[in-house]
Amino acid sequence: MAFIETTDVLVIGTGFGGAIPAFRLAAGGAKVVMLERGPWRKTSDIKQDLQLGTYTQILDLVMGDGVEVIAGNVVGGSSVVYLAASMRAPSFVFERRGGGQTRLWPGAIDRGRMDKYYDLVERALPVSPQDWDDVSYGGGVFAAACKRAGWTCNPVPVAVNVDQCARCGWMATGCRFGAKRSMILNYLPAAVANGAQIRELHEVQQIRPATTSGYRYAVDYMTLNRDDYRRPTGGNTIEAKFVIMAAGAMGTPVILKRSANALGGMPDAVGRYFSPNGDHVSLAVFDDEMVQSLLGLNHDGVGYKAHALGRSIGTTTFDKLDADLPEGMRYALQQIYYPPIVNLMPEDGVDGDPVWFGTDKKALSKQWPSWMAVLAMIEDGNEGEFGTPPPWGNFTRLASAASLAQLTYRASEQTIAARAAAERDISDIVTKDGLAQFLRWKQTEATLTAHPLASCRMGDDPATSALDDRNQLRGHDGIFVTDASAVPTSLCVNPSLTVAALAERSVPFIVDSARAAGIDVDYDDALPGDGELTTLG
Amino acid sequence: MRRVSAELTRRELLRRAGIAFVAFQAAPALNLARAVALAPRAPDPLSDATGAVPTMEAFADTLIPGKKRFPGDAAIAGVVSDDGAVQAGAVDLLYFSGTQISEIIAPCAATMNARAAVFDPAAVAASPSVPPFVALSFEKRTALVLQLFDEQDGQLWEALGAVVFLAFHTAGHLHTADAALGGHPGLEWIGFPKPSRWGIWGWSPSSYGPSPLADLHPQTVGKGSPS
Repeated sequence: MAFIETTDVLVIGTGFGGAIPAFRLAAGGAKVVMLERGPWRKTSDIKQDLQLGTYTQILDLVMGDGVEVIAGNVVGGSSVVYLAASMRAPSFVFERRGGGQTRLWPGAIDRGRMDKYYDLVERALPVSPQDWDDVSYGGGVFAAACKRAGWTCNPVPVAVNVDQCARCGWMATGCRFGAKRSMILNYLPAAVANGAQIRELHEVQQIRPATTSGYRYAVDYMTLNRDDYRRPTGGNTIEAKFVIMAAGAMGTPVILKRSANALGGMPDAVGRYFSPNGDHVSLAVFDDEMVQSLLGLNHDGVGYKAHALGRSIGTTTFDKLDADLPEGMRYALQQIYYPPIVNLMPEDGVDGDPVWFGTDKKALSKQWPSWMAVLAMIEDGNEGEFGTPPPWGNFTRLASAASLAQLTYRASEQTIAARAAAERDISDIVTKDGLAQFLRWKQTEATLTAHPLASCRMGDDPATSALDDRNQLRGHDGIFVTDASAVPTSLCVNPSLTVAALAERSVPFIVDSARAAGIDVDYDDALPGDGELTTLG
Repeated sequence: MRRVSAELTRRELLRRAGIAFVAFQAAPALNLARAVALAPRAPDPLSDATGAVPTMEAFADTLIPGKKRFPGDAAIAGVVSDDGAVQAGAVDLLYFSGTQISEIIAPCAATMNARAAVFDPAAVAASPSVPPFVALSFEKRTALVLQLFDEQDGQLWEALGAVVFLAFHTAGHLHTADAALGGHPGLEWIGFPKPSRWGIWGWSPSSYGPSPLADLHPQTVGKGSPS
């Protein structure tokens, strides 16, 4: 009989959802192997470069029907390419009912009971507040515009070592200064130090019952060509007693759906209820004289004209995060900088076709330093659904970073109404007395998000949730889902801190199950410490 | 006539684009790997018998217009007086190895030209020495491109359009530091910040100072989260 590799715990994915359980289980004494679809990048490998073939090796643009998703594809997952805004979700999010009678989140989870896990990840990452003298020009202009329009506005806490941060504006393609607190600087090196192994360029295809006595699941993977992920270079199988699914909200449901036949079925909610976190982007183009005269702001002889400078997310207004507002109409409005890779998106603001290309759009582009993107994070209706998985992979890769997903998203009337309300508020704030021009992003039906969630969500109702309140996949003992797909609803803030906190929360349950299954593993909530991932173990 | 041509060109596109995504989704894994490996290579732009290069230049110029490079430059319509996507390297980026789409350029250009031939036969007949899409006026090019974006294969055309935008707005075929320091026309146009002479961005001042610029939300907790 051929040799089959075995391990106690196989972790699929190395982002927040994978790195956190991997560290804790390895530290507790379990044998842990992590499989990561993307390549390993050390801080010293990361470049400030928009040449295709550089950042496109670690950042995926996945196009669905009605939604486009940006996601990390690298050891460390989206934590390597996130903008590090690290806020706790407001209390009302956990109480959402989505128009029905029952809570969408498990009864065991509310903000009060999440706070101890938020505390833990805020210390572990760690998260730092931003002071006003550290908020980017963009964040400052948005705050001052909010104040002038009668709104409050807060500097956003960030998972960044602010003393080490160069404020270079290159967060979305990875931090070359080691200042952004990614998993490659905390949980992953701690996992490896405790014996976990990480295998890059290993793309998991399916899970099926194990054949080796004492092991429950066999996980089939393909290895990928380092220069062209469309080309497999081989493949093999690892058998495990426990499987932690953390391939992200774009990966986990696809692998599980593909595994449904082999595993004897899947909960209906696997691949359903996808949420883009209610993300909805608009653009303000500031009149520089008005920034100086109305807001009293200036630097270096101009008012703003600093779109690309400083940390990417500066300020957010919480005024519509009001539990007394009707469900569906609550949202955060956030100043955010996207690199010019998305410059195709804004409409030109001139009546008539074409709206996103041509002479008028080119003229608009000349004002790029005065642009400011404003991200609304609304309460959406979990309207996304994955279809039949592609023959292999999580989606069909057209080129290095461009892929097609079997994912359909049709915004509900409620979601469209909430987006419209957010747009009106943003417009009121930024256009007051001619301060800025308000522009929409491209009026296709497509939603662009870097915050995919909920495609394999937790809950109390087996009909509408794939996981129980301990992150275990219903009907499949020993498979836990600990990534953003487990988050039941949009969060009204950037999701990373909540994804991380939920992953921390899941670990004691996984440890309990593992011990019951005879694995000698302990739980401890010690911090992972600080250091660079210098080996894959 | 028009219906038949459009159908033929679509078939042609699907046949020739070895990695065209429709086939990609339908084929089993091994066939896919073979399809990728055997995909026809794009013609060398220098021996471009099919006219793919001027066709793609005209496409790029429709999205981000520029001035003509030389008298009689047919690919660029010349509706503005500054450099556009073509000068910014759009065609270089389409064929750039890191973009990984060079296989589909020739079939896409062929489709565009077939569509152009039925879109404005008079213009095409009047300029027999250039590819049909290049023969169209700027307005007609724009109208045809809008049609393509709006059709069933719209995602494919938008993906090509996205590459054109990446050429102008990010100099995607070049290292950004080289492009920014070297005066890349797109980065210059959008005012992309310059790196240090060592090609590094960072340590730029970025704040208006310590004075609060807005009142904090009264229910802010901890490090700055909503309650």
